[in-house]
Amino acid sequence: MRQLLNNQQVRNTTLQVLFVSTIAILFVTFVVTAKTNLDAQGITSGFGFFERATAWDVNFSLIDFKSSDTYLRVLIVGFLNSVFVGAIALSLATLAGVTVGAMRTSSNAMARIVGTYYVELFRNVPLILQLLFWYALLIELPHPRNATIFLGGNLQISGRGIYFTGLNVTGLSAFLAIIAFIASVIAIAWIAKAHRFQRTEPAQRRRLQLIVAVCTAIFILVIMYVGRIPETELLNVPALKGLNIRGGIRATPELLACIVAIAVYGTAYIAEIMRAGFNSVPKGQVEAGDALGLHGAQIFWRIRLPLAVRAVMPTLINQYIWLFKATTIGIAVGFADYFFVISTSINQSGQTLELIALLMLGFLSVNYTIAWVLNRVNDAIKLRGTQNR
Amino acid sequence: MSKEIRFGKKIKREFFATPMSSFVTILFASLLLYILYFVLNWGVFNATWGGDSADICRQEGAKSGACWTVVKVRWRLILFGLYPYEEQWRSALACLAILITVVLSCLPSFWSGKKLAITWGVGFATFYVLMKGGVFGLPVVVERDWGGLSLTVFIFSSVAMIGMPLSIIFALMRRSKLPLISKPMALMIDVTRSLPLLSIMFTAAVVIPFVLPEWLLGDKLYRLIFGFSVFFAAYQAEIIRGGFQAVSPGQEEAANALGLNYWQTLWRVMLPQVFKAALPPTINQFVITFKETSLVVLIGFFEILASGAAAFGTAEWKFAYKEVYVFVGLIFFVFVFSLSRYGAYLERRLNVDKA
Repeated sequence: MRQLLNNQQVRNTTLQVLFVSTIAILFVTFVVTAKTNLDAQGITSGFGFFERATAWDVNFSLIDFKSSDTYLRVLIVGFLNSVFVGAIALSLATLAGVTVGAMRTSSNAMARIVGTYYVELFRNVPLILQLLFWYALLIELPHPRNATIFLGGNLQISGRGIYFTGLNVTGLSAFLAIIAFIASVIAIAWIAKAHRFQRTEPAQRRRLQLIVAVCTAIFILVIMYVGRIPETELLNVPALKGLNIRGGIRATPELLACIVAIAVYGTAYIAEIMRAGFNSVPKGQVEAGDALGLHGAQIFWRIRLPLAVRAVMPTLINQYIWLFKATTIGIAVGFADYFFVISTSINQSGQTLELIALLMLGFLSVNYTIAWVLNRVNDAIKLRGTQNR
Repeated sequence: MSKEIRFGKKIKREFFATPMSSFVTILFASLLLYILYFVLNWGVFNATWGGDSADICRQEGAKSGACWTVVKVRWRLILFGLYPYEEQWRSALACLAILITVVLSCLPSFWSGKKLAITWGVGFATFYVLMKGGVFGLPVVVERDWGGLSLTVFIFSSVAMIGMPLSIIFALMRRSKLPLISKPMALMIDVTRSLPLLSIMFTAAVVIPFVLPEWLLGDKLYRLIFGFSVFFAAYQAEIIRGGFQAVSPGQEEAANALGLNYWQTLWRVMLPQVFKAALPPTINQFVITFKETSLVVLIGFFEILASGAAAFGTAEWKFAYKEVYVFVGLIFFVFVFSLSRYGAYLERRLNVDKA
């Protein structure tokens, strides 16, 4: 017996079997208990509830939604909202973060001071407190009747949100048009930079880029034409009707508060990462650029920024994932993001386990997509082999 | 060169090196001055400090700035929540006990597993006894009545105390050579890390009752703390794993060659070095965790954000939300800023050691 206990292999096997079976037992307990509880409440498990009408409305959606639509649709609405807020807030945070990071490593002391104040102020206060503060400020803006009007009514700012002129097209076609535009920008950049096109003639490359641009433009025009909402003007201008502003595209205070809060908070974190990146750029590189006669902007865009981004790319990837997860605080102001929609669905339908699984699936897929894409970028720009520059 | 000239040169170099630099300096300086002017005007010069009701800020001729009267009148609600009024000194003392514990564990002379465990054990026990009562003639106050800052502190320190040992276990299991232990652990850590904390808290507080038999449930507060601790441990485990990678493999091999067994190698050779390498990110993780504690307000706990909201939640004080948010924000800022400054100082010191 003693010999058996001291045998490494026996011990290893026992440990592993114990661990795995504990997990299995826990899992089975979960499922069995859940089944009993759900049966007691008369809830059938499975995804049949997708087809049921929700009977509740959401306050913001990119695609049309009304309370007679299905649960499946409300989940899509929430998911799109989360991705929407995340995409805008993360882009803003990146732009501002690089700027503040550059300020904190600038040779100008005043820029350094302002950058430091910004980072220390916004990094040391909880995100949710900042969100509530921005939201309270935004809904305190004037009533629609006294809205601040810019550009001859094309942009109106009020406590019910910001209204601006849009096109009378369906949400889907607008979405496709935006995707097409982004794709064409990426394609044009790719043609300009990729190894595959390095050997083609510059004139031919330009022609290719032109073809891509024209095709995209035609595609967008066609989509806008097809997706036009019938019997309306092409331009959708906001105007005061009764007590509220009608028409135009409305950015609700909830949406704006989420975007502002995550962007402002994320800026502070990305600025810190970028500062570390800028500091890691060897002085000799910058001096070499100086010696070659590059001016300040060229040194920043062609030497300091690329080297800094390469140094901090892995950290940035984690930060983006972390910031995307932060979009869940939208629930604090009632913004219909994915988590808000899931938790409301749980309250209303009782399909707890399925919805929690969907919640996990949603975040895992988005986070793994972010990580996958950025890791490809990282692979493309990182130092190869053991070369030491 | 005289001191004044050198100072002048420094100013010129730092602020007005080139015309562009001068422009940037003037731009940012005026921005900063404008914000400072605005904040001081609102928060100090035009602010109302006295009085004991909202009327002083709303009557004719009242000052246009902040109305700090709300903090003056309702600070006990913000800090202590619904804790019984006569017993609130206990809540304050309990927070002080945890504060002392945190400060003590920042001192290098306390950096050993045993000392830290004892300090935190004593600090936490003091906190719990003071808050809960029932002994030494203190009336019992149940967890449901805890609120405000002390609830935030309670959740944070419980998460730290459960999460830290848990994270070491997680990291060891993930590093294990046995595939059926390391693989499931790696999967669990990665999945936990890609989920939002809020969804984990929500699952722990609201969903777990569905899937666990009743006798395993426990109070909602403790389920939430457990979920939060697992989340913390998943992040901290990765930091510790990074620390393991920073220690050269020769250390472990040398310990094995000397005949130390697994636990001796771990406790006497590896972990001390691992924690030295992982110290700055660990402090950073604590900072983030303290800030994220405020998320529990969304699960329905009466922590400091909720008690702050309650402070301006009456018709009388409805207008004074900015003042309360600034007050609560300041409390967080003081703690988080000092902790993160300490972390930065430590990082510099460790780098000096290395060089």
